[in-house]
Amino acid sequence: MSILVIAEHDNSNLSAATLNAVTAAKQIGSNIDVLVLGKNCQEVGKQAGQIPNINSILVADSEEYKNFIAENVSSLIVSLAQNYTHLIAPSSTTGKNFMPRVAALLNVMQISDIIKVIDDATFQRPIYAGNALCTVKSSDTKKIITVRSTAFEACDDEGGNAEIKSIDCTGETNKSHYIKSELSSSERPELTSAKIVISGGRGMQDGSNFEMLEKVADKLGAAVGASRAAVDAGFVPNDYQVGQTGKVVAPELYIAVGISGAIQHLAGMKDSKVIVAINKDEDAPIFQVADYGIVTDLFDAIPELDAKIG
Amino acid sequence: MKILVPVKRVIDYNVKVRVKPDNSGVELANVKMAMNPFDEIAVEQALRIKEASQADEVIAISVGVQESQDTIRTALAMGADRGILVKTEQDIEPLSVAKILKSIIEKENPGLVILGKQAIDDDCNQTGQMLSALLDWPQSTFVSNLELKDKKILSVREVDGGLEHIQCSLPAIVTVDLRLNEPRYASLPNIMKAKRKPLEELTPDDLGVETKKRLEVVKVEDPPSREAGVILGSVDELVDKLKNEAKVI
Repeated sequence: MSILVIAEHDNSNLSAATLNAVTAAKQIGSNIDVLVLGKNCQEVGKQAGQIPNINSILVADSEEYKNFIAENVSSLIVSLAQNYTHLIAPSSTTGKNFMPRVAALLNVMQISDIIKVIDDATFQRPIYAGNALCTVKSSDTKKIITVRSTAFEACDDEGGNAEIKSIDCTGETNKSHYIKSELSSSERPELTSAKIVISGGRGMQDGSNFEMLEKVADKLGAAVGASRAAVDAGFVPNDYQVGQTGKVVAPELYIAVGISGAIQHLAGMKDSKVIVAINKDEDAPIFQVADYGIVTDLFDAIPELDAKIG
Repeated sequence: MKILVPVKRVIDYNVKVRVKPDNSGVELANVKMAMNPFDEIAVEQALRIKEASQADEVIAISVGVQESQDTIRTALAMGADRGILVKTEQDIEPLSVAKILKSIIEKENPGLVILGKQAIDDDCNQTGQMLSALLDWPQSTFVSNLELKDKKILSVREVDGGLEHIQCSLPAIVTVDLRLNEPRYASLPNIMKAKRKPLEELTPDDLGVETKKRLEVVKVEDPPSREAGVILGSVDELVDKLKNEAKVI
């Protein structure tokens, strides 16, 4: 068995999701390489080299990988595939974009978004937005897998001494061309890796009221999220969205404010360790999954919470 | 230009899914079915492109059981021009669907294929990307804004942390995200009209596509359930619990 984990990064820092994917890989087997493809990404290669018990870090440093265009990325991965039995990537928007291409080009059925490794061919994955869990066994000779980061602990990222090798690049496919990104800049931690998340729903009534949540978030070192209802109402941008169609989070503490708890939202946060719900409707379904609930007007409770955690 | 829109019949998103007692799958008997919501957005986008005179024909295609023709009729009632049903009684995986779509595309020569980014039943999020790879066409996935100009498409993609703008030439594959548009409802006259629109029926065998499953479903089970906790009387009590009981702040 030999496993290739495709690292996720921004050309300067290895993302935490890579460490979760390596943990999944280690549950499958011990013969693991990590692929870092990008542009001017040598530093990321070194960071990956610090992960313990990895054989080699393969670095493909070239212009065509700078923006992780799926057509270019998948052609490189396919060129390496003969050496591996398992190819693994985080189930982020980047991994979801290129991995099914790799699978199709290798004539393999991908196993998306695994949350548990049963054995080297059998995996558990959520279906119906996590309302059911499906265990599947792959009969393909190669396994192409994406990993749900929140379902696996991060592996260590220091003490390793993997060999770093430069590898041949596969060139520009000239299919899609990157123009620009509009990334939300925030001092707060990223939603998917934050230890604490505080999210607002339709009950927030207005986008400007999210400032109340931001103040609490800054005191707690938390990320700010939102339900789909709040996003659809235009209160906050879509990248705040937690739920079936947004981000899946599993922090130590999730505080749901003015969120009723539609199935679609629960799918994105119900694996959080501790859930707090603040809602004035005592029948709101969110209370059925909350560890602690307060039935009250959020416009009273949030300023009070802000004052008392200070 | 033709636009091809694959549509999938799934359990209606408002229905609470139930796992079968023998853990072989989820209960589909007597459950309300509907078009995958992402596919409705794909149909809507194709119709808008046609209405802007940038396409001549919108073809809806579904791969699945006989009843999938209802899903195609829904697309026709929204305004698609004709339908293709590739009929199979077996459970079919995204890789096989992509191969079937590829063989239809080679026959129909559409300039654009618009798909939902994922189906809300298996949540695989694969078919569009697989199809793009098999055809060697460019792909724009998770698209929340789409512009067609001079045989090129400009798309805005929803990515972790924000948005990404990319450009590619036609023919291309686009998979759509929720915020691209608000799908229309079919009017009663259009539902009646849709019944007379052409709907061709094929099988994977007719197309020479082998559809053997690669993933065996070992077990389908309920997720671990969460117990409801306690209702607290005050913010003070909450802060105390979080600090001293849960120890999370």
